[in-house]
Amino acid sequence: MEARALAVLRVAVIAGAAAAAAGPLLYGVVLSVRPFASVVADPLALPSPAGADLSAYPRALAGEEDGGFGLARFMRNSLAVAGWTAVLAVACSVLGAYAAVRLRFFGRDAVGGFFLAVYLFPGIVLAVPLFVLLGRAGLAGSLPGLVLVYMAQTVPVALYMLRGYLRAVPAGVEEAAEVDGCNRLQVIVRVVLPMALPGIAATALYVFLIAWNEYLFALLFLVGDQERWTVSLGVARLADFAVPAPVLMAGSIAITVPVVAGFLLAQRLLVSGLAAGAEKG
Amino acid sequence: MHGRLLVAPTLLVVGGVVVLPMAAVLVLSVQDLRLIEVRSLSLGDLGLTFENFARVLSGPGFWAAVRTTVVYAVLTTAGSLAAGLMVALALRRPFPGRGAVRALMLVPYALPVVAGTTIWTTLLNPQYGAVNEIGRRFLGWEAPVSFLTLGEAEVAGVPVPVALFVVVAFEVWKSFPLVFLFVTARLQAVPREVEEAAVVDGASPVQVFRHVLLPQLAGVLGVLAVLRFIWTFQNFNDVYLLTGGAGGTEVVAVRVYQELAVRADVGTAAALGVLMALALSLPLAGYLRAVYRGRL
Repeated sequence: MEARALAVLRVAVIAGAAAAAAGPLLYGVVLSVRPFASVVADPLALPSPAGADLSAYPRALAGEEDGGFGLARFMRNSLAVAGWTAVLAVACSVLGAYAAVRLRFFGRDAVGGFFLAVYLFPGIVLAVPLFVLLGRAGLAGSLPGLVLVYMAQTVPVALYMLRGYLRAVPAGVEEAAEVDGCNRLQVIVRVVLPMALPGIAATALYVFLIAWNEYLFALLFLVGDQERWTVSLGVARLADFAVPAPVLMAGSIAITVPVVAGFLLAQRLLVSGLAAGAEKG
Repeated sequence: MHGRLLVAPTLLVVGGVVVLPMAAVLVLSVQDLRLIEVRSLSLGDLGLTFENFARVLSGPGFWAAVRTTVVYAVLTTAGSLAAGLMVALALRRPFPGRGAVRALMLVPYALPVVAGTTIWTTLLNPQYGAVNEIGRRFLGWEAPVSFLTLGEAEVAGVPVPVALFVVVAFEVWKSFPLVFLFVTARLQAVPREVEEAAVVDGASPVQVFRHVLLPQLAGVLGVLAVLRFIWTFQNFNDVYLLTGGAGGTEVVAVRVYQELAVRADVGTAAALGVLMALALSLPLAGYLRAVYRGRL
């Protein structure tokens, strides 16, 4: 009796969760390929495969001078910001993570605890002084300023993930390289990095995704300068104007595609890395 | 020496963009300072006033915002824990297509928050949103519901804070995959023998869960509860993007933003931030202690 009820419950939970998880995204995709007039006339209708209207995508992507909403430009901005953040944050934290895993030094545990505390500190609280300090340094409206902020936000989590991946590199291999006459830096570059490369790539991708998705700091620093808007800011701002729903949905789907592609590419690596270092958000 | 040298670049970045601001927020919170005055500010101008804290604490709606924040954080934490645990248990035994279903569960988590909120706002739109259409066509709603601005509605005689319910539902939807992921990972490490022994002794599935699985999961669930609480307590993006703070969803994080960006009052924004950090220091310390005792 109990077993039967649980079996039914199990199927219901799986079906319900799958619908809830994927439903909204599916809804967004469907809406993005329908003409706005037909959405208003019948919100629940499905487009026939032949009647799918893809025009919302080029309209969302095209620049304002071509009657579009500039999403392609926002994507280029985000690509640059997130790309630089990923490269710099990982370059920075590889060294730190290596030190944390392999070397004994005074204050090692303190550094570890410090990073964890930083990672958990409210982003909205840091936004106030960062806004003031970067404004004074003349970096408030600039993309490099944003990269700097994103680095600080992601370095702790990158360090945490990389620590797990680097720990998996056998110490014996490194010792052998040292016996063969490599110094510490050569050991890192020639032995550790190649062996940990999949993990490093996953970490870089993860940092990239955080920066790609970030909204608060982009809003604070860039809102006045539409040329520099990132994808999150761009799509959120469009929602404030009277932009037709299909274009809005097309924009949302377009900024999601790189994220989904990244997740699919590195799913296994990301999941194990995530399980090693909890994620903020 | 080597170790500290290698950590130096990381420390430099984090120090410059996190620690320095942490100190700065303390200093700013005791200044009477507007955003336009920042440009001409020099060290000599710094004063010491607790006026900001007094103004923040007695400001209209402050305690309501505190209550909203706590309700929001507690409900979303409990909701995402319950949902994530349930899904993880349901997907525990293999079946054809399980891998695909598991990947599907990660969708809300992977979706950029702006894409997620934009889709939800459209779903809930009073004119052409699917939810209102379903309500009118199949559930007999007489008028469309403005889910994102409605402070309170009577459902069968019971007052329901609609907008608050929506932001909670969104956050549960967005964060249950993380709980699912962690619980799944922990379930894989549960030793099979104990469970089998319990089944042989005649324990029902519910008893096995209660007496064998739950004690094993208690550690990871506890840590997730603290983490989720800390993160939802400070959440700005999701609430701001969905409602902008309307309909009784003004959480403290949204207030910080408004003090800073709308009222351009650096002092009160910083003071609010300091209060938030103070409020979070207790659960944060608890979490760090758990980490150092090796529970995560």
